[in-house]
Amino acid sequence: MARAVTMPQLGESVTEGTIARWLKSEGDEIEKDEPLCEVDTDKVSTELPSPLAGRIEKLLISEGTTVDVGTEIALVAEEADSSADGGAPPRESMAAEGPTEEFPAAGTGAQPAGNEEKQRVVARARGGGNGHAEIPTAEELRLTRSSPVVRKLAAEHGVDISEISGTGIGGRVTKKDIEGYIEEREAAPEAPPRPERAAPERERVPVYEGDRVVDLTSIRRAIADRMSQSKREAPHAWTMVEADVTGLVALRERVKQEFAEREGVKLTYLPFIVKAAVESLKEHPILNSVWDGDRIVLRRRINIGIAVDLEDSLIVPVIRDADDYGIVGLARRIDEVVRKARGRQLSPDDLTGGTFTVNNPGSLGSVVSTPIINYPQAAILSAEAVVKRPVVIDDAIAIRSMMNLEISFDHRILDGGKALHFLNAVKRRLESYTAESAVG
Amino acid sequence: MERTQARHEALDLDESDLLRMYRAMLLARRVDERSWILNRQGKAAFVISCQGQEAAQVGAAYNMRPGYDYVYPYYRDAAITLFLGQSARDQFLSLLGKKEDPNSGGRQMPGHFSSRKLNIVTASAPVGVQYPQAVGSALAFKMRGEDGVVLVSGGEGSTSQGDWHEAMNFAGLHDLPVIFLVQNNAYAISIPEKLEVAGSIASRAAGYGFPGHAVDGNDVLAVYETAKEAFERARRGEGPTLIEARTYRLTAHSSDDDDRRYREREEIEEWRQKDPILRFEKYLAEVEVLDEEKREEIDAEIKAEVAEASDYAESAPYADPEEVLERVYAEV
Amino acid sequence: MATKTLLQAIHDGLAEEMRADETVMVMGEDVGRAGGVFRVTQGLQEEFGPERALDTPLAESLIAGSAIGLSVNGMRPVAEIQFADFIPPAFDQIVSEAARFYYRSNGAWNVPITIRAPYGVVPGGALYHSQSVEAYFCNTPGLKVVAPTFPADAKGMLKSAIRDPNPVLFFEHKRTYRMIKEEVPDDDYTVPLGEARIHREGTDITVCAYGLVLYTALQVAQRFSEEHGIEVEIVEPRTLYPLDKETILNSARKTGKFLVISEANLTGSVSGEIAAVVAHEAFEWLDAPVMRLGAPDVPAAAFARPMMDFFVPGEERIEAAMLELARY
Repeated sequence: MARAVTMPQLGESVTEGTIARWLKSEGDEIEKDEPLCEVDTDKVSTELPSPLAGRIEKLLISEGTTVDVGTEIALVAEEADSSADGGAPPRESMAAEGPTEEFPAAGTGAQPAGNEEKQRVVARARGGGNGHAEIPTAEELRLTRSSPVVRKLAAEHGVDISEISGTGIGGRVTKKDIEGYIEEREAAPEAPPRPERAAPERERVPVYEGDRVVDLTSIRRAIADRMSQSKREAPHAWTMVEADVTGLVALRERVKQEFAEREGVKLTYLPFIVKAAVESLKEHPILNSVWDGDRIVLRRRINIGIAVDLEDSLIVPVIRDADDYGIVGLARRIDEVVRKARGRQLSPDDLTGGTFTVNNPGSLGSVVSTPIINYPQAAILSAEAVVKRPVVIDDAIAIRSMMNLEISFDHRILDGGKALHFLNAVKRRLESYTAESAVG
Repeated sequence: MERTQARHEALDLDESDLLRMYRAMLLARRVDERSWILNRQGKAAFVISCQGQEAAQVGAAYNMRPGYDYVYPYYRDAAITLFLGQSARDQFLSLLGKKEDPNSGGRQMPGHFSSRKLNIVTASAPVGVQYPQAVGSALAFKMRGEDGVVLVSGGEGSTSQGDWHEAMNFAGLHDLPVIFLVQNNAYAISIPEKLEVAGSIASRAAGYGFPGHAVDGNDVLAVYETAKEAFERARRGEGPTLIEARTYRLTAHSSDDDDRRYREREEIEEWRQKDPILRFEKYLAEVEVLDEEKREEIDAEIKAEVAEASDYAESAPYADPEEVLERVYAEV
Repeated sequence: MATKTLLQAIHDGLAEEMRADETVMVMGEDVGRAGGVFRVTQGLQEEFGPERALDTPLAESLIAGSAIGLSVNGMRPVAEIQFADFIPPAFDQIVSEAARFYYRSNGAWNVPITIRAPYGVVPGGALYHSQSVEAYFCNTPGLKVVAPTFPADAKGMLKSAIRDPNPVLFFEHKRTYRMIKEEVPDDDYTVPLGEARIHREGTDITVCAYGLVLYTALQVAQRFSEEHGIEVEIVEPRTLYPLDKETILNSARKTGKFLVISEANLTGSVSGEIAAVVAHEAFEWLDAPVMRLGAPDVPAAAFARPMMDFFVPGEERIEAAMLELARY
């Protein structure tokens, strides 16, 4: 009998996928886990390993067609003795996973069940799977609970505290902040209802002789959509500092050959940059957050997205729990995800869950860039090329290896002061290396 | 017995004075006895006695002008306050902590006397604090040029306190119209005089520049005589007097004290023979003021008064519990 | 109206009350012939005689106890304890006696006495001429404890204290005796006990303080307004017990940020009580934790100047605390 292969869900927010290319034709035999087709989603471009074994009876979807997750895409006539596994997983199996970390079950978090405040508390991962909620830190609570009067005003005026950018300690929303916010909101005229208009006929760019028209791949479209959304929705602010990485350069020169021999991976500046970012995020948790419409979610885990340039696109694999690694571990993980990205072998899991992104245009020689935030994260860090420059130190000119560090951040979530505190923390760490530092 | 002039006559006391003294002493005794019964019945939480000290108290207080002179009693001075005008009812109302307790409205333990009308200044439990207060009141009389006198009373234990010495010094400095009545009843709870008092109390007055007298505290006329002289001296503006009335505490320190742990029964029995009331009865019989019939008549009257007072207090209401919140501050 | 120091204002208050009421008298160590070690009672013995400006023996319990006795026999004594540090021998008379007479006699005997005591750190004062002992007495129902800071208040409150039917403990910060000057009305006026005073209206933070630290906080507040645009509301309790909770709470509710400063050891201090009242009864209005600044929990100020300065919450620490709260 023939069973259907369906479009899988390739990532937590993915709702559809495009059949980029069929790797098998109707009538071909296919082994279980043998690639069936290439699928593009707005997150990932990947091969779909066949969940079934047998003969391909019919390919239901033509190449280039986008279908919803769960749509049947092919029929495979199974061999009589093949096992019954495969196919679309029953929905129950997902439902049975229980509460996700974003929505802790009532009564298990810092707030008792039934308390409206629960909804406002930053969701925090529960430690060790033993069901214990961690006691939130003062920093976390300041951002979400702020103070008694702010909570009271928020309740009276139906305001979500996390909507407001705070000017108090640690970005805390002060009474003045919320009063100003309420005043502004109440003074603002009701936005007139936008008339429902038919999308205007899009005027095509003229195409002249010799021009080449390239249809968008789904990954290109996904990049386009995501970048546009980020620029449209997140008010970007940008700032830059210079880091004197002379010591780091000397260190890398000293150890890189031995490192490559010992570890089997090249030692670049990137693991140092990622490590500095991770440690600085711990100091400034507001940068390790995501925008969620009416609230900010401060992530407990630090999952660093690494922007990887591919020939025709950009992809951002994620190093989960980047704070678990030292330089060696980061070097390995970076090397692994970059190789997978280039080999188009990234799984959806490799691409989701990022909390902060590190961009490394310096590897291509860039000295200044204004990166676009990987929406809905709070910020993206750019590390530029190391360049020798004359620098004034103690009123003398010295030749130093300099690196520009930049940050683009969502000004709804934080302000320049916070961003610079973070950036300076990264800088301080990168500048702290000397030729003799240990590479741990 | 050959008598040209009886002792009381020499003191300008007539029969009615003697009977007033006697009634006051006997009333104090009978009230005290009844108090112990109420305590042993579980009706009174606490008793502190005057038994054995009635002569010292009445003998001194008899010189007072109630409501004019001031008195700072201590917790055994029931005979003083009864003599000055408190009633048996007042004593039992206080004993049982009832609303009508004139001392404190049920706030203080029994024995912590107070009456604005009778110038009985509210008493405390810590020993000796009344002395500096008393000399202050005496100074007020002196400053106004009035002949008021302050009687301040305490046990021999209180003379160990700094307050006693500070007050003695101040009284001596300013020749204040104050009489220190120290009722030396031989025990400060369990501590006998020999572990409490160095030298003699009476002789300490000399060091502060005024007279001190030791007197038989179980002889009401002797105490009266010494106090009379002291009161007159004070009224003349000549200054203070210390009277050490040597007497004996016939009961335990209080209803919560077991005195068998620190004193011999024989010693108490010995002092019972010197009971000031028996002694005064004997004198009254001698001077033919009191025969047995009269004595029984008076005792019956007093017993009836005590019984009535005790019953009244038992059925009297407590103050509302919320009263505990009242009268912390006097209104401006 | 003339400019007077705190010391002169208190002197005037005493003299005026003594002139107006012949039952009013002053008493204490060196208050008569010498006119007081700080000269607060200077000239009173000349004017009112040796009894109404009475030099007492060196016995604090006697001073307080005899004042009680005077008061229940028609007088209105104002007793001076030469230094607040010397008040412990009189503790029993003040706390167990004066404060309880009225209550324990069910309203029969009230004790209209005033006990003045210079308190606070002063250079050279060291362990026993420096203490802020007010907290010991602010746990004593029946007693009123006041500590005005400014001359006009001090004079008016002293008159109220003398006329009050209850025992009043009147603390004067000795370091400010000649430091703080202001216009003091010459006429007979009173300032009620039990009422706090708003010295300066503000919207950003509330500072509640008394004594020298209040004086300092006011100067810092002025500078904050000019330099930072931070508007500090300054509340002086004036009466430390019983507290004027309403005024304090109103200010806390208005600004939502509350700092209490005193010179006393922090633990168990009056500022702890004020902070507790605010934390409890103004909770829903608070926009920051209730903060406190006080002396460290060491016995008292030291003799050597650098240690003394370290002990007292000075301008720098007061400013830092105010700024921290403003920025919270």
